[in-house]
Amino acid sequence: MEIVQIIGIGLVSTIIMIILRKQKPEIAVLAGIAAGALMFLLIAAKLSAVVDLLEEYAARADIRPMYFSAVLKITGIAYIAEFGAEICRDAGEGAIAAKIELVGKVIIVTLAIPIITSLLDLVLKIMP
Amino acid sequence: MGIDLIFRIAAIGILVAVLNQLLIRSGREEQAMMTTLAGLIVVLLIIVKEIAVLFDTVKTIFRLD
Repeated sequence: MEIVQIIGIGLVSTIIMIILRKQKPEIAVLAGIAAGALMFLLIAAKLSAVVDLLEEYAARADIRPMYFSAVLKITGIAYIAEFGAEICRDAGEGAIAAKIELVGKVIIVTLAIPIITSLLDLVLKIMP
Repeated sequence: MGIDLIFRIAAIGILVAVLNQLLIRSGREEQAMMTTLAGLIVVLLIIVKEIAVLFDTVKTIFRLD
């Protein structure tokens, strides 16, 4: 029952952050980062198993490994960018959060370039 | 590693807040500020390791490198 553990960590850290926010907001932000990291690390092993399974089926379905690894990388970058941006937004720095999200989007587009070019090549080939 | 990490951060935060109040009441503003700074640095040092572990885990799961 990992979900009970996760909810427990969430509730405890929420209460701790509310207590700390009035006195020391900077330490409350750090407690939030710790809670986020802790929750992800608790669930990381299961996520890794799911990703391994997906990779195996992608290999069996003859999907080019380039495409699948690009999708995987995009997922990872989206998660990390979201994590960082939410921390900044929680601390009241919405502008920095928006910048992190913008950079994440740009990196995702650059990672998707091989997929986009192959799609556009296909379109150009079909066009008379 | 575990929930004790968050408890440790909470303890440092509350301790620093109390020390801060005490020092300000006794008229030592500079030392109060130094205490705040020291507490922040200690918590940062604890957190940095966890952030590194988190990023490494994400990198290995999503094959980012």
